[in-house]
Amino acid sequence: MKTIRIGSGAGYSGDRIEPAVELAEKGEIDYLVFECLAERTIALAQQAKMKNPNAGFDPLLEPRMRAVLATCKAKGIKIVTNMGAANPLAGARKTAEIAKSLGLTGLKIAAVGGDDVIEAIRETPWPLVESGGSTTDLGNRIVSANAYVGTASLVEALASGADVVITGRAADPALFMAPLIHEFGWAMDDWDKLGKGTVVGHMLECAGQVTGGYFADPGVKDVENLARLGFPIGEVSEDGTLIVTKVPGSGGKVTAQTAKEQLLYELHDPKNYFQPDVVADFSEVEIEEIGPDRVRVTGGTGHPKTATLKVSVGYVDSYIGEGQISYAGPGAVARGKLALEIVKERLALMQVKTTELRFDLIGVDALHGPRLSAASEPYEVRARVTGRTDTLAEAVRIGNEVETLYTNGPAGGGGAFKSAREIVAVQSVLLPRDKVAGTVQIVEA
Amino acid sequence: MKLRALAHSRTGDKGNTSNISVIAFDPANYERLRREVTAERVKTYFAGIVKGDVVRYELPKVSALNFVMTETLGGGVTRSLALDMHGKSLSSALLDLDIPEGEE
Repeated sequence: MKTIRIGSGAGYSGDRIEPAVELAEKGEIDYLVFECLAERTIALAQQAKMKNPNAGFDPLLEPRMRAVLATCKAKGIKIVTNMGAANPLAGARKTAEIAKSLGLTGLKIAAVGGDDVIEAIRETPWPLVESGGSTTDLGNRIVSANAYVGTASLVEALASGADVVITGRAADPALFMAPLIHEFGWAMDDWDKLGKGTVVGHMLECAGQVTGGYFADPGVKDVENLARLGFPIGEVSEDGTLIVTKVPGSGGKVTAQTAKEQLLYELHDPKNYFQPDVVADFSEVEIEEIGPDRVRVTGGTGHPKTATLKVSVGYVDSYIGEGQISYAGPGAVARGKLALEIVKERLALMQVKTTELRFDLIGVDALHGPRLSAASEPYEVRARVTGRTDTLAEAVRIGNEVETLYTNGPAGGGGAFKSAREIVAVQSVLLPRDKVAGTVQIVEA
Repeated sequence: MKLRALAHSRTGDKGNTSNISVIAFDPANYERLRREVTAERVKTYFAGIVKGDVVRYELPKVSALNFVMTETLGGGVTRSLALDMHGKSLSSALLDLDIPEGEE
């Protein structure tokens, strides 16, 4: 039975780069996939593109491509990535430029677009899935709208002979499933295979999270050599069976436990994992260790796809101002609490206009609130005040009030920090499929 | 005893919804987890944090439970004021849950 090997070279935009180089050099892989696009990233990229038409792709596209392009070309490894973000064509042109500077020729780079649906979203009001209300409520604060598209255009790009495929908002598992459909010729209504392909993508898309990253709990769940964590390789057979493994000698581990944590990561109803090409069903998935750092994943399936695609709508939500300051030694908690009370009173006195405020003592109860936090006195605490405002100028005032604790607050406050930032948030709507049309453009290098 | 002795866990996030897996180290303990770690208990445990519902899904083939908790992430990961905006540390809190001793 035909088998292909897919390496997962990034689990998020800022991920380590050298594990991807290791995969390209030693992983004996056929494809190298980089998943780099979080929910909000594309909205920020869209803002960058509005300022500069040649920007809007992932800021780490250049170092990543520089690191792997020559090896991938020499070994015939195809690259698939969503590092195109809001501007796949500019990303493809940049990649061609990098190829040229490395002395590589005959490289075919595909820019896959069509996920940008901001015109359709602006045309008419669409209900917001999570918060209720409609896109009209977001008014002119909308900065981006991108549909989670499936594999169709990615497969088309691969079929046209592309060595590198650069897209924007595609469903993360689609980046991994496109090579499977291209190589194995799976039908787009073979729901069982597409369900299995989704499991493959889901297991690999967070890179190190299946090879021992984000797993260690010393004494309970130990992992060796996390500083040199190896990223995963998926060995996929034509029947959809997946074996997860990694480069021998790299750090981390692949076990049934690491695989199970990733299987359930960001999963809701296991029977209904909504994807653009299929509704995948993870409920009968089985995970089995078949050798050192080798785990077999079987039993995924799927059901017919839905009539709509999920769209992430990016919008300017608000501004957040923040300030922090530390206290240590005897009475640190009491002084930290006093600091928070002072800032609370100051924000009221100075009439800082906020729509939401939050007061935390880091080291005491910042993560889970007072009810779940232990009562014992820590050596040090950090007071943190954050507030939501309608303007940046108001947000600035929050951190300022924390900073003034230096000369006006409790004894021994140190390391004050402040920030104020614009918040671009996302909401989801469901869009009929006929509003979305994929595009493939080829750039030759 | 604590849940941490029987199970491991990871939190995921989508918008304002958090999901926490509870995976038995030993498949023999799966039924015990099913009995002890109910959606109601998780909802009570996270009172003040989970503002919405807790739904539990069962995955017996991998000896795991999946808790899906709505209205949990401060209005959504992308706009939350929380230090841990993704709620990633919630799994560690849940592993501190008390489980009655002495069975299986």
